[in-house]
Amino acid sequence: MADLSTNFLGIKSPNPFWLASAPPTDKAYNVERAFEAGWGGVVWKTLGEAGPPVVNVNGPRYGAIWGPDRRLLGLNNIELITDRDLEINLREITEVKKRWPDRAMIVSIMVPCDEQSWKAILPRVEDTGADGIELNFGCPHGMSERGMGASVGQVPEYIQMVAEWCKQYCRLPVIVKLTPNITDIRYPARAAKAGGADAVSLINTISSIVSIDLDNFAPMPTIDGKGSHGGYCGPAVKPIALNMVAEIARDAETRGLPISGIGGIQTWRDAAEYIALGCGTVQVCTAAMTYGFKIVQEMTQGLSDWMDEKGYATLADFQGRAVPNVTDWQHLNLNYITKAKIDQDLCIKCGRCHIACEDTSHQAITSMVDGVRHFEVMDDECVGCNLCVNVCPVDDCITMVEMTEGTDPRTGRPIDPDYANWTTHPNNPMAKQAAE
Amino acid sequence: MTVSETSDVKARRLSSADYADNFSDIHPPLTPHEALVEADRCYFCYDAPCMTACPTSIDIPMFIRKIQAGNPVGSAKTIFDENILGGMCARVCPTETLCEEACVREAAEGKPVKIGLLQRHATDTFMEREQSHPFQRAAPTGKKIAVVGAGPAGLSCAHRLATHGHDVTIFEAREKAGGLNEYGIAAYKTTNDFAQDEVEFVTEIGGINIENGKALGRDVTLDQLASDYDAVFLGLGLPGVNALGMEGEDANGVVDAVDFIGVLRQAEDLSALEVGRRIVVIGGGMTAIDAAMQSKLLGAEEVTIAYRRGQEHMNASLYEQELAQTHGVVIRHWMMPNSLHVSNGAVTGITLERTELDASGKLSGTGETVTLEVDQVFKAIGQTPDAGPLAGADIALEKGRIRTDEARRTSHPKIWAGGDCIAGGEDLTVVSVEDGKIAAESIHQALIG
Ligand SMILES: Cc1cc2nc3c(=O)[nH]c(=O)nc-3n(C[C@H](O)[C@H](O)[C@H](O)COP(=O)(O)OP(=O)(O)OC[C@H]3O[C@@H](n4cnc5c(N)ncnc54)[C@H](O)[C@@H]3O)c2cc1C
Ligand SMILES: Cc1cc2nc3c(=O)[nH]c(=O)nc-3n(C[C@H](O)[C@H](O)[C@H](O)COP(=O)(O)O)c2cc1C
Ligand code: SF4
Ligand code: SF4
Ligand code: SF4
Repeated sequence: MADLSTNFLGIKSPNPFWLASAPPTDKAYNVERAFEAGWGGVVWKTLGEAGPPVVNVNGPRYGAIWGPDRRLLGLNNIELITDRDLEINLREITEVKKRWPDRAMIVSIMVPCDEQSWKAILPRVEDTGADGIELNFGCPHGMSERGMGASVGQVPEYIQMVAEWCKQYCRLPVIVKLTPNITDIRYPARAAKAGGADAVSLINTISSIVSIDLDNFAPMPTIDGKGSHGGYCGPAVKPIALNMVAEIARDAETRGLPISGIGGIQTWRDAAEYIALGCGTVQVCTAAMTYGFKIVQEMTQGLSDWMDEKGYATLADFQGRAVPNVTDWQHLNLNYITKAKIDQDLCIKCGRCHIACEDTSHQAITSMVDGVRHFEVMDDECVGCNLCVNVCPVDDCITMVEMTEGTDPRTGRPIDPDYANWTTHPNNPMAKQAAE
Repeated sequence: MTVSETSDVKARRLSSADYADNFSDIHPPLTPHEALVEADRCYFCYDAPCMTACPTSIDIPMFIRKIQAGNPVGSAKTIFDENILGGMCARVCPTETLCEEACVREAAEGKPVKIGLLQRHATDTFMEREQSHPFQRAAPTGKKIAVVGAGPAGLSCAHRLATHGHDVTIFEAREKAGGLNEYGIAAYKTTNDFAQDEVEFVTEIGGINIENGKALGRDVTLDQLASDYDAVFLGLGLPGVNALGMEGEDANGVVDAVDFIGVLRQAEDLSALEVGRRIVVIGGGMTAIDAAMQSKLLGAEEVTIAYRRGQEHMNASLYEQELAQTHGVVIRHWMMPNSLHVSNGAVTGITLERTELDASGKLSGTGETVTLEVDQVFKAIGQTPDAGPLAGADIALEKGRIRTDEARRTSHPKIWAGGDCIAGGEDLTVVSVEDGKIAAESIHQALIG
């Protein structure tokens, strides 16, 4: 059986699955149950500075996007950081860590952006025996209006500054949790690294309005007739998060910076994808909030079974393997030519491929041949765009087949087996001349 | 073998709760959530095969998509556009041999989208929720059309004519409008007086006047209608029933299955209906299945359908046969009636003879017989046309049914016809609705176009 144990910044956990900082990690009761269920670690729900606790709304905090069977696809929330007393949280963290020494205990922190505030809280967190800290520079609602959370995460200079304070006043590993509410994720990541942070974690939630109530004309969730933007998470955000992780993993300045991947992880497969993009651990929030802590057993088992099947003994065996295959458009091989091919035995004749290609693409699929419904790709029109594959309801019914020799019937040009990309393409006015 | 001397036909075989239970909706409507989930199974096919398979060409993918988008009322309008009796058709159509047989999900996984139940969801929602009729009449044309028969064909024709602004008078021989929707469809397919609600709904468009108790050939003649009205539509159905042509056929206990079903549909109190303990139904169509099922549900103990050919020849679909079988009805194939045993004026037994196809493909008896003790024998061997009411007008027939062209025009220039009474049809509610619609468009063209 594959070894799932991780060593992330020296923090050990029996598996890479951590619960992200959020309601599931807001108190000892939940965290105990999570550890019992098998989670490898937790990032304790974000702590604020000492003093009166923050105040949450007393109405609904969540909005959602569902599939037709009300499967939760995306969730948004207008919750703030923990609204429990700092003292109680610190005491519980200490007790839980003592009881579960083999699990990772990370504490998320968010205090105002001045040195004194950080200097005050860091030693107290360190005293709990926690394994590391995570800086919440991501919360997009409520706290950001008070100059914290995403409003810090959007200014690389602040990120660097706070990271430096943390390294200065605290011996624990520092993870900077990034906000996706920014145009280019590489800048905050570089700033974190420059500030001495040991790792980044991402993504926090995305600023969002999930829906408008068409009876009250207010955003959901609605508090007494009004709504506010919330933070989006769940399966729907995974593509955005994966891209951001990949950007950081392949950026020359941040390459090799440890990453804890977060965003829409629902199954072992999602986790494996994050790890393949270089992540050392993954964090889960929405999936646990939807199904409860038990899902971690599917995740660990699934990952382990897949690794066994592939012959990977440890996570390191495939960690980061996808990073070299993420590239820029200009480097894609323009001589790689594919045509769609329909397996007539599998085809159920729904005609989706035809109408998609006919109305919105390249008119390359028949609908009728010799007077009967028949869907077939015309190679001389097919540009290989793959849309038909994506709309076909039958698995593997349409496949993209590479042409390796002969002539492309669409362009009439011979297939060139050699790699060639846009940088040297004759139509590119900026094409780089060959060196000699 | 000897057959007993007495027959056992009586009422109140069951408790009153059992009657209510047995005759409740056979396919309960989908809940709103079930409808959403089922609607999501539809692929919104291009040139959808289900739509081609629907005799009325309802835009099925569109109405399903509207359900999925949370607009069942708009969905119902899409249905009513092509089939104003979409509510009844959702209940009685043999979808397993129509739209659902063609659904690509039948090909994919043997589980078609439940198109019939989705159609019912949409039309029921509309009829429960909407106060107003979905269509508006065009400006009055001043044209008057006579429709004979208020069955599915007549109602559909009248409705389409009314939307075009014509005035329609329906002459209906029976007390209630609806045709076999009211008198023929099995009770558990259309509960809660749906047939009458639907007649009301259809006529809400305005411009339709139904004269119940007025029979063509008795109270009016076809010549008269053809001269008093701008056009005539005949939707007479099939009033006669085929006879077994056997001695003892007039004995007590030998019952016409369509009558039995009609009486059952009109009964106020099902427990008051008499039914035998042992029943044999002769026939292989929907009527045979319905009669067998319903007698079983009324408390009959042994119910057998005897059909003279094989399972694959039965008019009733495989699904309907299975339905009967799972309700405890025994279906015996390759069996034809040979003789009836009568005692004291009542049928007490029936002898069936095994059949086979000879080399030339002709059906013949083998001489081998089986005799069953029975209390009732139901005849469900087909209905027959009656040309009587057509007397006087010069209308061409084909095997006793009215001959029409593609546009449902008869050989008489002012007379159209549709539904079961015309030649070449399929004897289904939905086909009759389509006939009425086509005829109405043709009449409209002839009068206006
Ligand atoms: C027992 C039984 C069960 C059936 N079950 C189904 C089913 O589940 N699904 C399905 O699709 N189809 C079913 N059918 C078939 C379906 O009911 C018919 O195809 C359909 O009703 C035909 O419609 P129609 O308008 O042509 O005739 P009908 O429904 O028969 O209507 C004809 C109308 O004309 C009236 N009429 C007749 N003669 C005169 C006259 N001289 N003057 C004035 N009015 C007259 C009659 O009273 C009647 O109201 C069933 C049929 C039977 C007999
Ligand atoms: C209700 C709720 C509260 C959250 N609170 C915090 C928080 O206090 N601190 C934090 O860093 N992230 C918080 N998050 C963000 C999650 O930790 C996580 O980054 C995000 O939900 C994406 O992961 P997911 O798709 O697995 O849910 C919160 C998320 C939710 C849904
Ligand atoms: S790959 Fe694109 S162009 Fe080719 S058949 Fe499919 S949809 Fe059409
Ligand atoms: S989408 Fe797929 S199943 Fe449908 S017609 Fe095209 S190839 Fe066949
Ligand atoms: S065939 Fe089936 S899947 Fe296709 S449109 Fe019709 S109901 Fe939908």
